[in-house]
Amino acid sequence: MEERWSTEHVLSLAPDAASQKAAGTFSTPAPWSAAGTDGVAVWGECRGSGSTPYRTVVELATPAYQCTCPSRKFPCKHALGLLLLWSGTPEAVPAAEPADWAADWLSARRERAPEAAAESPVQADPAAARRRAEQRGARVAAGAAELRLRLADRIRHGLADRSAAGPWEEVAARMVDAQAPGLAARVRELDGLPQDRLLEEYAMLHLLATAATRIDELPAALAATVRTRVGYTTDAAEVLAGPTVRDRWQVLGSRDTADDRLTTRRVWLRGAKTGRPALLLAFGRPGRAPDLAVPTGHLLEAELAFHPGARPLRAALGTRYGAPEPGPAAAPEGLTVAEAAAGYGTAVADDPWLDAWPTVLAGVVPVRTPDGWQLTDGHHTVPVRSSAVPEAALWRLAAVSTGRPLTVFGEYGHQGFAPVTAWAGDHRPIGLTTV
Amino acid sequence: MTTTQDPWETLQATALLGTDRRPLPAAALPLAESVDRSDPATALLELAALATVRRRAGALPVTAAEPPGPPAPEDARPELPATAARRLAVLLAGRSNGGGNLANLTELLPQWLATARARGFRPPPALVPALLDAARARSELRPDGVALAGPLGRWLAGQNPDWRYVLRTSAPGAPEQPTDDHLWHEGLFAERVTHLTLLRRRDPAAGLALLRSTWPTERAEDRLLFLDALQDGLSPADEPFLEAALGDRGKNVRATAAELLSTLPGSALARRMAARATAAVRLAQPGTHLLVTPPAECDAAMQRDGIPLKSPTGRGERAWWFGEVIAAAPLSLWPETTGLTPEDLLALRVGDSIDETSSSWADDLREAWARAAVRQQDADWARALLGPAPVAPVRGAGRTRAPRVTGAPAKLLSVLPPAERAAWTAAFIEVHGLGEAFQLLGACGTPWTPPLSTAVVAALARAAASGAYPWSHSGVLGMTERALAPETAGAVEALAAEAAPDSAWSETFARLAGTLRFREAMLAELEC
Repeated sequence: MEERWSTEHVLSLAPDAASQKAAGTFSTPAPWSAAGTDGVAVWGECRGSGSTPYRTVVELATPAYQCTCPSRKFPCKHALGLLLLWSGTPEAVPAAEPADWAADWLSARRERAPEAAAESPVQADPAAARRRAEQRGARVAAGAAELRLRLADRIRHGLADRSAAGPWEEVAARMVDAQAPGLAARVRELDGLPQDRLLEEYAMLHLLATAATRIDELPAALAATVRTRVGYTTDAAEVLAGPTVRDRWQVLGSRDTADDRLTTRRVWLRGAKTGRPALLLAFGRPGRAPDLAVPTGHLLEAELAFHPGARPLRAALGTRYGAPEPGPAAAPEGLTVAEAAAGYGTAVADDPWLDAWPTVLAGVVPVRTPDGWQLTDGHHTVPVRSSAVPEAALWRLAAVSTGRPLTVFGEYGHQGFAPVTAWAGDHRPIGLTTV
Repeated sequence: MTTTQDPWETLQATALLGTDRRPLPAAALPLAESVDRSDPATALLELAALATVRRRAGALPVTAAEPPGPPAPEDARPELPATAARRLAVLLAGRSNGGGNLANLTELLPQWLATARARGFRPPPALVPALLDAARARSELRPDGVALAGPLGRWLAGQNPDWRYVLRTSAPGAPEQPTDDHLWHEGLFAERVTHLTLLRRRDPAAGLALLRSTWPTERAEDRLLFLDALQDGLSPADEPFLEAALGDRGKNVRATAAELLSTLPGSALARRMAARATAAVRLAQPGTHLLVTPPAECDAAMQRDGIPLKSPTGRGERAWWFGEVIAAAPLSLWPETTGLTPEDLLALRVGDSIDETSSSWADDLREAWARAAVRQQDADWARALLGPAPVAPVRGAGRTRAPRVTGAPAKLLSVLPPAERAAWTAAFIEVHGLGEAFQLLGACGTPWTPPLSTAVVAALARAAASGAYPWSHSGVLGMTERALAPETAGAVEALAAEAAPDSAWSETFARLAGTLRFREAMLAELEC
């Protein structure tokens, strides 16, 4: 029997704040009838304003949702409310055999799934594909060469005189034309940087552009890193066709970031057997939550395929073996601040453009100082990268710690540490950026 | 110009001015000699990249400067049951808007907080910041929110200026008690008020002594709030100090001192007011009516006892002085001097020396007695003034009833024991409906008793049947969501079923029933 999810986790599935609020109103037994669960799915009928109740089913492992309501939000407030009810008032959602309508949808889903997996990428004409790849390679190399010239021009002229040159936006547009969106994104950030960080960013961008002009001469792993950073994407199916790592992956934390077009969800994992860190990315259009949801602290037995690179981290999720299970009731093993600094240093040696590396710190106390938040283990301190973490999350961290040492997962990098999850005295994971 | 040793700074300085103006520095970096120097700008970027990566990869952690401050005190209370903690997360997340078929969740948060506090739970630490934010935004949540947040809440508030209010909100029964008086002498104003309030609760005499010790040096606006703190544990022992404060430089300080003294029945001020009151009202022989002789002037002694010269609302001078005197005189005076009960006294006609049967002073006398009953928390008088429900609260007042009088019943009601309040209000609603019941309902303790709840539901049903619109009752309906006894859910569901489908009333009743079920579940979670 699956452990019931926390409120935070259920609410993290909501596509937007309005849905979170609306879901709260469906989280009591009152509007529900015929609600039940078999550990694989949760279902129920929800009375709305109309004469026929809505039928709502949630398949828990994926999770996947189905509701007969007309809402365009996904998952809808009924599905979220049902999950809240299931998590908060277990007796209102008793163990049962699926209702017929729920069973129909679930079995239809199970039949569809293998077909989708069996779909193989369409084999294009290999000669045409090679020709396209060569064309793009040439464009990227030309764009990178141009970027090098622009950067050097500014250095010749002097960074102090920011008015002399036009905005970088125009150069960014050139990089988009050159099919190098990664370079374009980094270029776009230059306009907003404070002066004392300019040279650093110019230099790293120069290094990347230089590498991009001679990808073919680099070792394969580093070449893959450069390609990714320049903006080549790798299809998940293509990655999954390569070697995979099967492990029981513990979910260390997740964080959502959103812009106008897309919600990006990052889920960090660590292999229980291999100890390997991994990062899963999932995306959602506005009004839809990213399709990947595994509760922090849970263990997911699955095959992961790592994207190639000098420091592999991002992975594609392959075959899963069962639904996520509750993990150990203990904080994960962590490092001292000094060990974390050394760990990030090693990672940067592999991938010089790496801003941060997923890290568990053990025995640290969050402290608010006149210079901002810090984490200290008594011997060393690391500043909190406050630009990456909302202030509310830091107060949450302080509250959870009560001023005593705790275990924190986050990203350790040259700009500081960005906390994501905390484990205090009771060893339950607390997501810092949810709710 | 000095050349620093740090290779990064030399590179940075050159980059700022530009390689057209400054030569490429000889950066003391490993591998620097492998950089192609034919183009100075490109070479500078490459040296900078070398330095940056070297710095990031080789960064040493910063040595901890000083140990963190003391941790939060332990909280001995049991943690909330998991389901109740989830409910709290939902209630806090649903802050701004509910909509749909349930009440605004914000309406339910106060009740949840009060119940959780009464049950002696502590919230999960992760929710304490959101709890403090909610109580910051809504001051009516503060006492319960702060008490619930407990020592962790205070510890956090000590670090976050946004939550400074926590330190000003005193939590009765909080484990931390003032131990020494250095806060009084060195603390911020808010800390001093909290310190005095806490001390006063524990040891009123010590609180008074502390306040006396610095009184002459305090600023007038501070004196006012310090004086307010004496409300806790007020006793005859405080009288000499308050008497002295009647001569204070600050007008508001004087008024507050007089107000406090007038609630001490045996005080000298009360005796002085009693003398003035007896001079102003006497029982005419043969005991059929009361004769009013309002004060002819407001002399220095009256002003010193807190009676302002002018009415703030511009009432006639003599009527104003008269009202102030009667409201500040002990109510026990009247039965003692006349041998009549409050009911008897209220039944008498009221006149003055010109026209013994004129009732022009009746309103003033009754209103002043009502103020006295509220101030002195006198249930007998409040009961007599209210009269048996549903009789109109002001008898013999003629057709014109001043607005300030109609506001009084809710205040008088609040003096009565909760069950009696509810019964009176229920009777009132049965006769008068909900139209004028808003303030009366507000004076009743929540959740409403089952008889009061039943009366409200019946009145709503009558309103629906009469063709009124639900929004004409929106004030009462909002209160109903918070206060109706959950036991009434069945009856409300029945009303929803009876109402015309998809009508405003069916939606209103369905929403109300949903809210009651939600509250039922919410309170049940706090039972364990």
